[in-house]
Amino acid sequence: MLAKRIIACLDVRDGQVVKGVNFEGLRSAGDPATLARRYNEEGIDELVILDVTATLEKRLAMAATVRAVARELFIPLCVGGGIRDSGDAAAVVDAGADKVSLNTAALTDPDLISRLAGQYGSQAVIIAIDAKREGGRYGVYVRSGTTASGRDAVEWAKEAESRGAGEILLTSIDRDGTKSGFDCEMTAAVSAAVSIPVIASGGAGSFDDFVDVFTSGRADAALAASIFHYSEHGVADLKAHLRDRSIAVRI
Amino acid sequence: MLEGQAAGEGVAEHEGIDIAASGQLTADSYVMRIALVDYGAGNLTSVKKAFTHLGADLVVPSSPRDLDGADAIVVPGVGHFQATRSLTAEWRAAIRASLDRGRPLLGICVGMQWLYEGSTEAPDSEGLGVIPGRCTRLTGGTANLKVPHVGWNTLAMPRPSSLLDGVPAEASVYFTHSYAGPVNAATAASTEYGERFAAAVEENLVMGLQFHPEKSGATGLRILDNFLRRVAALAAPAV
Repeated sequence: MLAKRIIACLDVRDGQVVKGVNFEGLRSAGDPATLARRYNEEGIDELVILDVTATLEKRLAMAATVRAVARELFIPLCVGGGIRDSGDAAAVVDAGADKVSLNTAALTDPDLISRLAGQYGSQAVIIAIDAKREGGRYGVYVRSGTTASGRDAVEWAKEAESRGAGEILLTSIDRDGTKSGFDCEMTAAVSAAVSIPVIASGGAGSFDDFVDVFTSGRADAALAASIFHYSEHGVADLKAHLRDRSIAVRI
Repeated sequence: MLEGQAAGEGVAEHEGIDIAASGQLTADSYVMRIALVDYGAGNLTSVKKAFTHLGADLVVPSSPRDLDGADAIVVPGVGHFQATRSLTAEWRAAIRASLDRGRPLLGICVGMQWLYEGSTEAPDSEGLGVIPGRCTRLTGGTANLKVPHVGWNTLAMPRPSSLLDGVPAEASVYFTHSYAGPVNAATAASTEYGERFAAAVEENLVMGLQFHPEKSGATGLRILDNFLRRVAALAAPAV
């Protein structure tokens, strides 16, 4: 049976893992390679590295971080944050990323999705959507959640799929870092609209939040950062909790 | 356990699999030359990294003639079956000749699908035809599961095989694909996703993996190590 994936996210700035609340107020959580090694030992299914600075001068340092993490891992590794063109994507793929995650650049230049899918295969192209509730819809925001794009998350996810995206990484800006649970309604709305996997992100605070997002939220995978970083709960404990509730996980 | 410690850190253990021992097997007696066929289907970094980690000497041949000296051939691949068109008649002849010389062949993902007679994904592109049947698109079954099939899934092994030797029954491996080959006598492992499809094939020297061993953690490394052990046993000069 296909397992629900548990994905750890490393938000990296200046070579260190950081984590904020509602996309702001970052604090340090340690060395990326050290955390990656720990998560791998605990049975994480996949890792995402997000470059949260993504300035030009930091790009070389980021490639070194990706290389250091990739050297120790034989599980899928996705890298995102500030990838604007094919050259940026090639740099992280060369450093060892199996998947690249596009956010702002995909909305600015949607054809980039098709070009990268053509070059690396759809499985390598993840579209990251940061969205928040706006009345009856889910507004998509870009530039680290600061700028409204005018797009709706469900409609944009469908377009991304049709352009060749392999997965959707859907983050609730409302819930990010709050530990108040995933936005299951939003996740279910996007997951029902596309045939590609949807990774839910933003708001994980308890093991039961994962149960909810895998059932009512219809998520194929769930991503979290702070719940894992500060050793509040181990990945193995989370998986045991899910398995006890008849949710298929990789043990 | 940590998978693949940095060089110089000494022994790397893999959840009970003694990688150090397998490394000695290649280093002490014979350094295998594995030809990784790059036909432009995606990124080979991870496959290279896994084989290198296990002690194989990987070469990427630029022409079919370069396959002559290889102890084994690996055909990787992601993406569309149509990409296998780059494997021209000359490549196919060289790969068949390598099999005739008793050298193993391993296809991974689209590379495994190519071992079959063809795929409905690209009906005009012929497979190598060393495994009977044609690959078809996953249906999602009666539960209307999402296609592509992405993530970790389990293996059912109907019989022992050299490739999956020592892989526990409950082990999971990482898949990402929309097409798959039919279960038949060559099937060494099958997986259920709306329907049952061939996850691994092994028929004499012909081997294939629909999943990505290079992304399947300790289980995947074990499988690649099994392949290298078989290659070494066939290639190493008699003592």
